[in-house]
Amino acid sequence: MTALETSTAAVRLAADGVRLAYGDHVVVHDLDLQLTDGSFTAIVGPNGCGKSTLLRALGRLLRPTAGTVLLDGRAITSTPTKEVAKVLGLLPQTPLAPEGLTVADLVARGRHPHQSWLRQWSSDDEAVVTEALSWTDMAELADSPVDALSGGQRQRAWISMALAQGTDLLLLDEPTTYLDLAHQVDVLELVGRLHTERGRTVVVVLHDLNLAARYAQRLVAMKDGVLVASGTPEEVLTEQLLAEVFELEARVVPDPVTGTPMVVPVRRLR
Amino acid sequence: MTAVAPTRAPAARPHPRRTLRIGGFSTTYRRRQVAVPLLALLVLVLAAAVSLGRGDYPIGVLDVLRVLVGAGDDTQRFIVLELRAPRIAVAVLVGVALGVSGALIQTFARNPLASPDILGVTGGAAIGAVAVIVLGGTTTAGELLGGLGLPTAALAGGLLMALLVFGLAWRQGLDGYRLVLIGIGLSAMAQAVVRYLLTRSTIQDAAVANVWITGSLNGRGWDQALPLAVALLVLLPVSLALGRVLGALQFGDDTARGLGVRVPLAQAVTVVVAVALAAVAVSAAGPIAFVALVVPQIAVRLTGGARPPLLAAGLLGALLLVASDLVARTVLPDSFPVGVVTAVVGAPYLLWLLVRGRRRSTL
Repeated sequence: MTALETSTAAVRLAADGVRLAYGDHVVVHDLDLQLTDGSFTAIVGPNGCGKSTLLRALGRLLRPTAGTVLLDGRAITSTPTKEVAKVLGLLPQTPLAPEGLTVADLVARGRHPHQSWLRQWSSDDEAVVTEALSWTDMAELADSPVDALSGGQRQRAWISMALAQGTDLLLLDEPTTYLDLAHQVDVLELVGRLHTERGRTVVVVLHDLNLAARYAQRLVAMKDGVLVASGTPEEVLTEQLLAEVFELEARVVPDPVTGTPMVVPVRRLR
Repeated sequence: MTAVAPTRAPAARPHPRRTLRIGGFSTTYRRRQVAVPLLALLVLVLAAAVSLGRGDYPIGVLDVLRVLVGAGDDTQRFIVLELRAPRIAVAVLVGVALGVSGALIQTFARNPLASPDILGVTGGAAIGAVAVIVLGGTTTAGELLGGLGLPTAALAGGLLMALLVFGLAWRQGLDGYRLVLIGIGLSAMAQAVVRYLLTRSTIQDAAVANVWITGSLNGRGWDQALPLAVALLVLLPVSLALGRVLGALQFGDDTARGLGVRVPLAQAVTVVVAVALAAVAVSAAGPIAFVALVVPQIAVRLTGGARPPLLAAGLLGALLLVASDLVARTVLPDSFPVGVVTAVVGAPYLLWLLVRGRRRSTL
């Protein structure tokens, strides 16, 4: 551990001076971030700010050109990937499911890191998958092909797979993309329950600031590859920050339902 | 949750997952994934038995059996054991190799149109073989090639070309689309080279070369069957062991890595095994069209599931080739190349499966 943590919860995942680049193009500049056990963090920022790139690095999909990502204090890139997969699960932005794959098979694939060539399917696997399906309300659709599901159901199926993987940490990249508002709420309710009922440490990249403020305990705002602000939704979602990070003139009022900050846009600045 | 009914309502557990446990070993299967290979094996044995007896000199089933258990007269023994059995053995081995190779490539590329042809194996092998046929004996380079022997030259050509395709496609890992596009480009170049060689050849050489390019089992025997058998003995277990990882690789690189798969390594092993299988098959019988492309798709439609099953693809490949060879030898005129028959036999069957199937047809 490099930095002293003021909160009592242990740091599970940390970026320590992480620089991320595609070729010569640096996308994230020497960023520090610490994610404590049992937290629910949303990374927000305008398009192209590097938030998805940062999430990829936290999930060891992208190797930093400088600095390290630490999972439970150990460099994630030098930890065997199968070991990481038992602790950290991730849901890419537009995951690809092969044609004809059923929901039950998709969720069963989540058990991959716990299996070996010899032990390809234990009774444990069976129990975990059955439980994951029913917990996400997908049991009835278990034998449907994934490609026949609606967008909201498909996202539920993938979350069910992440649940079956049984990891303490879960990284989700814009899980609400392409969903209508009702299904956006539905998916985030499910992710919220993963956090509260199942004690998962959740990091999610989100575009919708109001939903982010509702569901996350902590917001991390990024702009041009730099971490601009980090804290509770009330601390981060200020009119000044919206102007600075999103170039948006907006009012921030309490959400009439939850009391969390709610952004009401006025106009684009510049 | 505003539950929206799926566009296709699920039947009540049509193909439930079954579990097999033997000691510490456990795996899941579906009934059809076991039934289809078993059935294919049964039909394959029958087709091979029929094929042993049929031809210019028909031999009855009982006589064939007699020969197989060590009896029978000398003529029958010679025809069955020296002429027909080795040829059928080559057909089985080539069919297995092409079927499994196609299933591996299609799973890796996540594309039902992918086949070893696309990886340059066929084009490179054709250059090697046609060079030996056309240049052999007429130039010093040709004499060197000719000394190498046609199968070896084809094997070397196929492997070299595949290596070139990989070399150009590799960027800290393999991207399916990039690999397929580079493969198509290089295959087109290889075809140009082959056509150039054909313009330089005598009419007799061109005829021989054309039969080789179509793929043929004529005159194939133990000389081809033995190296094939040895190669399959190594490559098949590796292929089947890859099965579990292939299931995760199918999801896309990010998800596969998230599940703890070492993606570049798994991809490299998959493609190398697929290329090696195709190369040994092509060097033995020429580039028999269609088997590697279509048999995996037939297999996945018969077994259900989300990816071409390796075992079923191998056995169905063998069945298609043995049946096609039987047709080529008995129904059609002398030394008709089997490569023509595989397409004529296989294509209508795939079309029928596509037309009656519910499965979205991405082929």
